Amino acid sequence: MAELELRPDRTEEVMTINIGPHHPATHGVLRLVVDLEGEIVKDLRPVIGYVHTGIEKSCEDKSYWKVIPFVERMDYVSYFFQMEAYCGAVERLIELEIPPRAVYLRTLFLELCRIHSHLVWLGTTALDIGAISMLWYCFRERDRILDLFEMATGQRMHTRYFQVGGVIEDIPLGFEQKCRAFVEEMPVRVGQYEALLDRNEVFLQRTKGVGAVSRERLLELGVTGPLLRAAGEPWDLRKAFDYLAYPELDFKIPVGTTGDNYDRYRVRIAEMVESSRIVGQCLDALPEGPHIADDRKYVLPPRSELSTSMESLIHHFKLVTEGFRVGPGETYYAIESPRGELGCFVLADGSSKPARVHFRDPSFVNLQAFREMAVDTYVADMIASLGMLDPILGGVDR
Amino acid sequence: MPDAPGLELIRGEIERDRPGAVLDTSFDRGQAALNVDPGQLLAVLGWLRDEPGQRYAFLSSLHVADYLPAEPRFGVHYELLNRDRCERLRVKAMLADPGEDALPAIDSCVELFPTAEAQEREAFDFFGIEFRGHPNLTRILLPDDYVGWPQRRDFPVGGEPVTFTYSERNYG
Repeated sequence: MAELELRPDRTEEVMTINIGPHHPATHGVLRLVVDLEGEIVKDLRPVIGYVHTGIEKSCEDKSYWKVIPFVERMDYVSYFFQMEAYCGAVERLIELEIPPRAVYLRTLFLELCRIHSHLVWLGTTALDIGAISMLWYCFRERDRILDLFEMATGQRMHTRYFQVGGVIEDIPLGFEQKCRAFVEEMPVRVGQYEALLDRNEVFLQRTKGVGAVSRERLLELGVTGPLLRAAGEPWDLRKAFDYLAYPELDFKIPVGTTGDNYDRYRVRIAEMVESSRIVGQCLDALPEGPHIADDRKYVLPPRSELSTSMESLIHHFKLVTEGFRVGPGETYYAIESPRGELGCFVLADGSSKPARVHFRDPSFVNLQAFREMAVDTYVADMIASLGMLDPILGGVDR
Repeated sequence: MPDAPGLELIRGEIERDRPGAVLDTSFDRGQAALNVDPGQLLAVLGWLRDEPGQRYAFLSSLHVADYLPAEPRFGVHYELLNRDRCERLRVKAMLADPGEDALPAIDSCVELFPTAEAQEREAFDFFGIEFRGHPNLTRILLPDDYVGWPQRRDFPVGGEPVTFTYSERNYG
């Protein structure tokens, strides 16, 4: 690893220690090289790359539809968002419209996934700060979301549900009731989490007034998502750009004021309630019709057609063996993930494999703000700030 | 997004002060892109960031694509964003491969956009693009002793042996 640059104004007692890569409070395999003076963090440098698996390179060797499971495994907590970013980018390249039902189903699953991601964040971060029971409560609700994912897609994680052109299959019978029951209960649960944490002295000491970075600095550093909104900047791609069903839905963007750890917590808590509302609205407004586009050049024909139509069989064979070709072009498509702007750049060269897939991962960019959040605070505050930053190392390292 | 005529207006304004700075424009599938002369990249980015009528002040993403076999082969992409008008603009600088062990080089935009710090390191790590003036241009995701630029198109997938060095050293 590169040599650590120490700040010149350090005193003699500075001790440099490694935190991680194998430490539960680093949320994955993040290594922090920290200069400590007593218990105060004087300087720190995140060292990343321990779970780099070359996903972007591997994507160049797969046909377009086979890339989907790869990109899902980058940020393993918000996998639906990776799929949407990638599928949306490819759909923009081939200029394929997806049917209204698919639009709503995608929005619904994205927001369920946002709640899921925030629940994982809340459970683990509260655990870091010492509130162990939060983990069980959050994972209890998370499990209900995973049950919903399993019901609709067959998988609890890495569902491969979104396809180029729509979603792989329609939601099953009974999903709607189960989902509705969940989103009606979720705001109550969120209220219970708040009741557990909002008067917890340890939690408040570690969050209030800790780790604040000014909104101008956050913007310079390219930070997006709840971190930026907690600092008072109402920036959310769901409102700023027109994608999926968001323009037709009624939801609010929670913002904070000071941008300290407590605001970050409040913003995410409020987002869970808003996401529950969005899921409910999606269920109400779910249009009838096909769940995937009808373009046989890009979308697999229905299974039932294969035994009756020669043409469908040919399409099926071509799509499964070679995959579809995408004309030369490049596109950048960004969506609002639970951690901020998740952008996907796809370069097509006319073949059936993408020439370049790049993910602008919000965790990777947001991590640059961590040094400023944690310097001159206690080690315990640093751990709290790291939790509130919410990096997912699978997304950072890709 | 600026539309196609809007893109030409931007080009015209840039060219007025800096003739030859914009090599080409493209408007494809609703996305506007300026292909700029790498030598004048910082001037163009700075103008787009600070000019009152433009204010593309947020750098969403910086990434590199290898256009092999096209020449020049490396494209450094800057996805700029104007957050007031919700408009994106892609600025692209194409770099030729100097051949041998020399690295293609371009000016670092960290001074203009501090967010580019990690992203330029990533581009260096995977494509071997040298960003002149970057404060700490080292590998970020790959090990420091890694040899080669794996995201280049002529770098094979699976091209590196998987070695279990401990076992090899001791029991090899």
